[in-house]
Amino acid sequence: MPNATFRIWRGDSEGGEFKDYRTEYSEGMVVLDVVHKIQAEQANDLAVRWNCKAGKCGSCSAEVNGQPQLMCMTRMNTLPVERPVTVEPMQAFPVERDLVTDVSVNYEIKKRIKPFTPRPPDREDGTWTMHQSDVERSQEFRKCIECFLCQDVCHVDRDHHYHLDGKFIGPRFFVHAAYLDMHPADEADRLEELKDRDGIGYCNITKCCTVVCPEHITITDNAIIPLKERVADRYYDPLTRVLRVIGVGR
Amino acid sequence: MAAYETHEYDVLVIGAGGAGLRAAIEASATGVRVGLVCKSLLGKAHTVMAEGGMAAALANVDERDGWQVHFADTMRGGQYLNQWRMAEIHAKEAPARVNELEAWGALFDRTQDGRILQRNFGGHAYPRLAHVGDRTGLEMIRTLQDHGIHQGMTVHMEITVTTLLKDGERVAGAFGYDRERGRFRVFKAPAVIVATGGLGKAYKITSNSWECTGDGISLAYHAGAQLKDMEFVQFHPTGMVWPPSVSGILVTEGVRGEGGVLTNSEGRRFMFDNIPELYKELVADDAEEGWRYVVGDREARRPPELLTRDHVARMILAEVKAGRGSPHGGAFLDISWIKDRVPGGAEHIKRKLPSMYHQFKQLADLDITEEPMEVGPTTHYAMGGVKVESDSQMTNVPGLYAVGECATGLHGANRLGGNSLSDLVVFGKRAGEHAAEHAREVGPAVVREDDVEAAAAEALLPFDREDAREGPFQLQQALQQLMQDNVGIIRDEADLDRGLEALAELGRRAGAVKVHGNREWNSGWHTALDLVPLLTVSEAIALAAKERQESRGAHTRDDYQGKDPEWGKVNLVVEKAADGSMQVRREPIEPVPERLAKIIEEQG
Repeated sequence: MPNATFRIWRGDSEGGEFKDYRTEYSEGMVVLDVVHKIQAEQANDLAVRWNCKAGKCGSCSAEVNGQPQLMCMTRMNTLPVERPVTVEPMQAFPVERDLVTDVSVNYEIKKRIKPFTPRPPDREDGTWTMHQSDVERSQEFRKCIECFLCQDVCHVDRDHHYHLDGKFIGPRFFVHAAYLDMHPADEADRLEELKDRDGIGYCNITKCCTVVCPEHITITDNAIIPLKERVADRYYDPLTRVLRVIGVGR
Repeated sequence: MAAYETHEYDVLVIGAGGAGLRAAIEASATGVRVGLVCKSLLGKAHTVMAEGGMAAALANVDERDGWQVHFADTMRGGQYLNQWRMAEIHAKEAPARVNELEAWGALFDRTQDGRILQRNFGGHAYPRLAHVGDRTGLEMIRTLQDHGIHQGMTVHMEITVTTLLKDGERVAGAFGYDRERGRFRVFKAPAVIVATGGLGKAYKITSNSWECTGDGISLAYHAGAQLKDMEFVQFHPTGMVWPPSVSGILVTEGVRGEGGVLTNSEGRRFMFDNIPELYKELVADDAEEGWRYVVGDREARRPPELLTRDHVARMILAEVKAGRGSPHGGAFLDISWIKDRVPGGAEHIKRKLPSMYHQFKQLADLDITEEPMEVGPTTHYAMGGVKVESDSQMTNVPGLYAVGECATGLHGANRLGGNSLSDLVVFGKRAGEHAAEHAREVGPAVVREDDVEAAAAEALLPFDREDAREGPFQLQQALQQLMQDNVGIIRDEADLDRGLEALAELGRRAGAVKVHGNREWNSGWHTALDLVPLLTVSEAIALAAKERQESRGAHTRDDYQGKDPEWGKVNLVVEKAADGSMQVRREPIEPVPERLAKIIEEQG
């Protein structure tokens, strides 16, 4: 069996350091397997958050060789093993311990967003007539597994911590807002919040979120840009502005 | 004195998968105080793994469907060991629960006329599964989560409950620890709902995540609740078999629902070779008829790949045993062949089975639109669990409820695919409603300080033991291996005896498990504590499996082949005797009332 050195960050909110673990691994293994092997054999108290190990729950987000990734979907054969493989916690969230971060801010942000608000049902059984072509746009956003890698990689979060300060909800929640906005039955209006409270203007479409999304959601092009356009249409279009000033339209 | 935080609720729900969330939503709606405790982060529970869909006789695709057909299918699939009343409630209420999810924001795939689309699945007479591609579980949990957080419940994430607390005979709350700091928590509540899901982690090869250690079943058992049907563990026929590190990960039955066929190393479609008696009239004569069924020809009968999971799993094993398996010890599952039969070809497959496409591409370097997958049985679902009253989901312990996979009754000896997601919401709603009513009626329960101290001391034992040296991870792996080897898909008395003996020995070793480090996010400690439920449910499975001397549904005995009508009249109940030992006894099945028996007969 081949060998690899894993350079894993160990520590807590007070600080920590990288520690090297040398271990064997077998064909087909993913980074999470190797971390588990080290945990079982060399470091029983190594903290790692995981769940399904199939890329469906979005729990095992971390940075492998500096790249935000799901550890369970990162195959060993995609990594150069002639040098140590670094594994460290997501940088945009406070560390709890080792590879585990405090992602609770995401749950707070979600709660702030106006929930699904449907118009009255079309049918007597309480459902709506919606065609596949109508739901497909929102269905793309529903693929999100809430791994928060997009939040981690976004410089507005990572460098400026605006998500922690409540000034920016981050790509994950623009995706959520876009799902609601494009849902054929939803009729709530979230544009004002997106502009003023949620900080959509801070996004300067560098598309890092789209790159790291393990579900391949086209976050920037399909979710954020359309929302930005709607905000711009309503609040920054010169003609609309004039009309608003003279009391016509919103 | 142990330090702990106390939280007080009217209804405490343990587990935040589909069942727990739905129960918490319903209880919250009645205005009582609801606490929801989950072992992971909210929205990560094993429900997200459900792929194929949610069975409900909406009759959107085939108007011949109705609750009666769904009821009869469920009973037949369960080989008539089901609680008939649960099967009836489930079939009648599932459509309303699906529609309700749509009203809370779920976006199911659509029919041509804009209604919820339904797909074929094993054991279901008509296309019945509401679905979203192959990620239906994710859609369900996200919908319930996003709706639930606005209903007033308090969510406690990453907390593991280790003991239920009692006030005399009745339940009084629960004791647990948080993962982040290892701090103890006491939850006081006169009504407690366990909704902790499955026990797949008792086996080496499983589709289940780390959480599925049978917690709720074990908690309820140790609190005096009865368990039932524990011998019936569903081995899903199609798990990944290669590469080894991902073996067990589920390959959705949806692949077969969309036309996937099983072949052996000789290229033979072996599922046609052996059709069980109960299904003789329901299966296609040849491949062509099977395909016509897949694409919606109402005159055609189902392909044999869409027989029940127990049968398909055994058929694959038989091929492997006969030396006709795939290179890594499974069978071939091919969906790529439908490319030439459907418009869009490869794109159609990717759209219908996006997660499967990515799963194989990423984990096995295999393009399912070009090549067949290699699949084999994987431990998937516990039909057995905590015995509950059909209408309310209450156990024999006053105030204690169980719902979802950790409860039992709906599925009998074998669960039909798609019946699990609907089970969660149908009975989740009922459990929430009844638990809230119970809490209002009985008022607060008293938690005894001594019980809390004892629970805390027990939880800390793995740190405190001097001279102990057993490693928690090694013990867990030993248990998984022994269950796989001795209490697996094909069983016999000698193996089961060996398994029970080995479990007893493991139980003794677990008494000497040692963990190091501190209590913060200490996976070694968590694994050590998870050994308790794993050992409890493993023993219950092995005991019941030994007792049932026949082969029925998911329970296959090499030494007692075939069904025995006498065994068809009883369920096996497991409970804790006065001396603390685990006992198994037979309990007669309540006969199906005439009005329903007639339906079963009419549905053939």
